[in-house]
Amino acid sequence: MSNVIEAKEVSVAFGGLLAVNAVDFNIPERSVVSLIGPNGAGKTTFFNVLTGLYKPSAGSIQYNDRDITDLPPHKIASIGIARTFQNIRLFGLMTAQENLLVAMHSRLKSGITSTILRTPKQRREELAAEAKAQEILDFVGIGKWTYEFARNLSYGDQRRLEVARALALEPKVLLLDEPTAGMNPQESQVFVDFVRRLVKERDLSIMLIEHDMKVVMSVSERITVLDQGEKIAEGTPDQIKNNPRVVEAYLGKAKE
Amino acid sequence: MAKRPASNVTLTNRKWAIGYSIAGGILFAIYQFLLPWDGLPDGIYRAVYQWMPPAAVNESLVYVLMALGLNIVVGYAGLLDLGYVAFWAIGGYCAGWFMSEFFYFLNVHFFGSVGLERPGIHINFWMVLIIGGFVCALFGVLIGAPTLRLKSDYLALVTLGFGEIIPQVFFNGENFFGFNISNGTKGIVVVDPIPVGVKNLGPFDFGWKLLVFLLLTAVMVFVSLRLRKGRLGRAWLAIREDELAASMMGVPLMRTKLASYAVGAFSGGLGGVAFATHVNGVYAERFNFAISIFLLAMVVLGGMGNVWGVILGAFVLSWVNGTGLVAFGKTFNTQFGTNIDFASFTFLLFGLVLILMMLYKREGLLPESRLKLVLNEDELDTDSEAKKAKK
Repeated sequence: MSNVIEAKEVSVAFGGLLAVNAVDFNIPERSVVSLIGPNGAGKTTFFNVLTGLYKPSAGSIQYNDRDITDLPPHKIASIGIARTFQNIRLFGLMTAQENLLVAMHSRLKSGITSTILRTPKQRREELAAEAKAQEILDFVGIGKWTYEFARNLSYGDQRRLEVARALALEPKVLLLDEPTAGMNPQESQVFVDFVRRLVKERDLSIMLIEHDMKVVMSVSERITVLDQGEKIAEGTPDQIKNNPRVVEAYLGKAKE
Repeated sequence: MAKRPASNVTLTNRKWAIGYSIAGGILFAIYQFLLPWDGLPDGIYRAVYQWMPPAAVNESLVYVLMALGLNIVVGYAGLLDLGYVAFWAIGGYCAGWFMSEFFYFLNVHFFGSVGLERPGIHINFWMVLIIGGFVCALFGVLIGAPTLRLKSDYLALVTLGFGEIIPQVFFNGENFFGFNISNGTKGIVVVDPIPVGVKNLGPFDFGWKLLVFLLLTAVMVFVSLRLRKGRLGRAWLAIREDELAASMMGVPLMRTKLASYAVGAFSGGLGGVAFATHVNGVYAERFNFAISIFLLAMVVLGGMGNVWGVILGAFVLSWVNGTGLVAFGKTFNTQFGTNIDFASFTFLLFGLVLILMMLYKREGLLPESRLKLVLNEDELDTDSEAKKAKK
């Protein structure tokens, strides 16, 4: 199986603080991999490097054999790496549909003049985009909220809308930052099924940052553990569960 | 289930056009036919000239044009611009350069409205409009490219700087590296009349000029509304809502912001050319910093992001500034035998209005429907909190 994303020895320094230290990380095609670790381990920072928000101070990132280390965030998003945010960042005063249409920005072609003149081509394009947005909203299960403002949706629906917005980018890789935060166990279970569906029906590779171990263990094919910016373990859920260094990072060292 | 918002239906697009044409037609009829009519009672004639002279209506429309352009930058894309007067100046000088005898050593005519024997560059008004618009759009991009990397307050400060620099260049433009680009403080006087086929509109054809300005304003309203609903308008809104999320969703921030600057500046250019024909000249001292703030106040007062609100705001403020306060002062003084200089209270009044608006009606007179939603909800929230506290 080939890798969609290959990050090699990525380091991020904020002044003297090394938030991420020489981390290697691959995302294989059509798989679910997770990144876990205690708070402040550098997980979200690593996410931000992958999506171009931060530039790594060392190392490189390949996407389908293309170097994307120095690409600006909007380029990275438009070539197929989409993400959601830990604290929901929807466009609150835009409708669910508009949220998705914004994500289609890079795929749509109409410019200033064709929008002003509302050429047949532009109208066709808009209608097609709206239809596609509806299809995605239906897919994530919030199809009835097309014309509702994002800020009016319930918490769970806002989470879904974030995923829908990411899907509107037609990504190959989806990065989910703590998607089950604030969900109860039933909702988390629904989410696990949803992630599986995404991989199967949307042909996606998914990378997950998650604190809910039940979710992580049941959905991931591979888990990577970060602690204080360093990769301390990597392997299948079973390997990680029994790794003494992981236990130590999470629970502290047992007294001798 | 939420309904499809009515604004997406094309019918409402036609509705505004009809309403606008009727309102504009009435205004035009009043100033073109009713005022010069001999049978009009003297009292009404004088009242209209005191409270709403034709020149004031035309000037208001120029302000509307400018405010609509600023609304695209401030209201749509959420970028605070404190130097918008720069585009007004550039547009004005485009009219000065291409529609007068300023370049007396040349003799260029292109469908101009004056005789071929007159020296200078005389290009058709409608073409100069477009030239002015594009020159301003170009300057918008030139100014925007280095500054738009900055965020909110810092961007505002730099735009403030450009808003000072450009008018100053024109103000001292008698010797700009050896060239005279503006006649300095003397200004460029006598701009060509507006050709409309059957006749040329000189400085005193207020009625017909009103029609021309109404047309320009309608074009900008149309452009604003159309852009708002398209791909670019959505991207602007997304940037206003959450810049970082927008870039993560594939919206190129620089290009999108530059587009808002360019479109806004284009409208500024139209306003500049229109203003030059309105006052029949280009005067450097008219382009001062206060105008930028004045325009911003119009956008804020009327309702950021809503074209109708902005039009109302522009009309009200420019009327108060140009006519309303003076007329009120005159009436007040004759009534009570006082001698108060009301016109000197303009800025006191504007300051007061802005403070009161920020305290009690932050969303503006005619808020954008989206914002109305937020502000109503906030009220509900505080209400319910207050109730809880009582319990």
